[in-house]
Amino acid sequence: MTLLKVTDLAKTFGPNPVLRGIDLDVEAGERIAILGASGSGKSTLLRCLNFMEMPDSGTVTLDDRVVGRNEKELVKVRQRIGMVFQQFNLFPHMTAIGNVMEGLRTVRRFSKADAHARAEKELARVGLADKAETYPAHLSGGQKQRVAIARALAMDPELLLFDEPTSALDPELVGEVLNVIRALAEEGRTMLLVTHELGFAYHVATRVIFLADGTIHEQGTPDEVLKHPKKERTQVFLARHKEFSL
Amino acid sequence: MSYRWDFAPVLASGPLLAEGLVNTLKVTGVALGCGLVLGLALALMRLSRHRLASWPAGFVIEVFRTTPPLVQLFWFFFALPMIVGIEMTPFLAACVTFSIQSSAFFAEVFRAGIQSIERGQWDGARAIGMTHAQALQRIILPQAVKRMIPAFMERSIELMKTTTLVATISYADLLFAANEVSQKTFRPLETYTVVALIYFVVIFIASQLARLLELRLAKSGESTVH
Amino acid sequence: MKWDFASILDNSDALLVGAAGTVHIFAICLVLGLTLGLVVGLGRYARTPWFHWPATAFVEFFRNTPVLVQILWFYFALPILLPFEISPLAAAALGISLNSAAFSAEIYRGGIQSIEPGQWDGARSLGMSWGEAMRRIILPQALKRMTPALTNRAIEIFKMSTLASAVAYVELLQQGKLIASLNYNPIEAYTAVALIFFVFLWPMVQFTYLLERRLRRSE
Repeated sequence: MTLLKVTDLAKTFGPNPVLRGIDLDVEAGERIAILGASGSGKSTLLRCLNFMEMPDSGTVTLDDRVVGRNEKELVKVRQRIGMVFQQFNLFPHMTAIGNVMEGLRTVRRFSKADAHARAEKELARVGLADKAETYPAHLSGGQKQRVAIARALAMDPELLLFDEPTSALDPELVGEVLNVIRALAEEGRTMLLVTHELGFAYHVATRVIFLADGTIHEQGTPDEVLKHPKKERTQVFLARHKEFSL
Repeated sequence: MSYRWDFAPVLASGPLLAEGLVNTLKVTGVALGCGLVLGLALALMRLSRHRLASWPAGFVIEVFRTTPPLVQLFWFFFALPMIVGIEMTPFLAACVTFSIQSSAFFAEVFRAGIQSIERGQWDGARAIGMTHAQALQRIILPQAVKRMIPAFMERSIELMKTTTLVATISYADLLFAANEVSQKTFRPLETYTVVALIYFVVIFIASQLARLLELRLAKSGESTVH
Repeated sequence: MKWDFASILDNSDALLVGAAGTVHIFAICLVLGLTLGLVVGLGRYARTPWFHWPATAFVEFFRNTPVLVQILWFYFALPILLPFEISPLAAAALGISLNSAAFSAEIYRGGIQSIEPGQWDGARSLGMSWGEAMRRIILPQALKRMTPALTNRAIEIFKMSTLASAVAYVELLQQGKLIASLNYNPIEAYTAVALIFFVFLWPMVQFTYLLERRLRRSE
């Protein structure tokens, strides 16, 4: 079942055409890794999918319905798509559990008790049940990102978007976050993952997309793209990442 | 040249001065309360994407920051009643003038505070499906307000000083009372000295409290990572 | 409702006289306030108690009392102690200047303190005295940073000139009052006065924004 369908998506920032006609079908249960050099439009693509950025042209279809541009509809769409950011973007004036509860209480209108119970479950799922009452300022980077993941999960998203979730983390903290993402993958969650962790992408993704010049330069299974890339630019990109990858 | 200082008559008029002080605080209090609420509204309008909101707000803010408060006071006391055809007491004129005047300054403090919250917070809020209003109310403003408190305190103390202008339209504040007492007792030197000291003490205490609050806020980790 | 701006134009020379008075007192208070402010600011910056404490007392007192109170004190109270009269201009100028001196003293102090100690080291190592280092090295750099805040002060001083009308000094607002009472047209009179101030001050305010932007870019 096609969950998300992107047709001819384009976005220009000032004089720079960052995305030039992206076509993408996302089936339920797929795990798509998006790779590319910086400035290739990976984050922009992700942010266009939940309309955090407004595409200049093209359509995004969720569940066979083309998503319109009015704010009311977009707010509903964002409730169905979860996003995890490179900079975590936790709310510093709320505890960990407060962060996770926030969407449920304010957006979904859960009661405080229901939201709390659900939030506890999600925090336990990412292994941070004991940090529920801790403020983000006292959490490590890895813990913060895991809370951010719990916050996104609490909304029961049909699709998860990860925007370089480990790029801002110290190396020794990357593993705990990747483990959580791997567990989610094994549950069969649909996700798009922008990452530089090529090894992780190889083991977890069902499809790999390489972006260059604002279009999908090459895509295929992890074996095809990461081990036997056909196009030259893909090969150049992977060569530069050799020391971190397979 | 030796002048015999005599504070007794002034101190005898204590009740009159006390009443004046109360009236000063009344006007300051009303202007402060209304100014804060109006200031937030103006700031949100100013930040809005719709020109119908941001232009009038910008106009009000610019006009009330770029014209002298005394001119505004005279305009509201003498000119407005003739346009609108209502009775304008000194108290009402004072409250209206200083509410709007302080709101213009508060609006700028609110605006700076809201804009100082990093964009990632908006991202985090919108990503879980919050509307603009929900994001503002639950995520942005609570963080911004903490940062704006020093500026608010500063503005409030300024307001306390600005309200002395009401004496010029015969509102019975402390300064007006000073004038009365001075004429009654024929002791302008002692009267005005005492009144100046009263103002100093009240405002000095207020600004020291503000400084204490600032220090406590700084200690409670306002500067920590976001 | 009939708006009567014609009478305003008839009284334009009265307004001109007022404007002249405003600019006159503005100039006096600007010079006095900013110069005295520098002296007091240096006193605030100094660590010797003999300079520091009087300067602090000055700043605390004149920042925490309303200007109008000070003006009225100088006009009504001071003449009792002195063998001569104090004119409205003198009283208003004294009040506004001392108040501005207190505020600008803090601007100067902040500006001087923001220059990193390395600059002092460099100056002293060349054998400069404290005064020479301050004059040749520290102040010139500090002044650049302080310009936006000092321009803001100037704008405040311009607005404060209206307080002189409380002691009947002939400036714009005072003339406005006169016109209003003679022609029974407070709406037009005070609107005209407000407009004139806006026309004077708005460019100054925009200039301050420009200065702030340039400063931020160059730092």
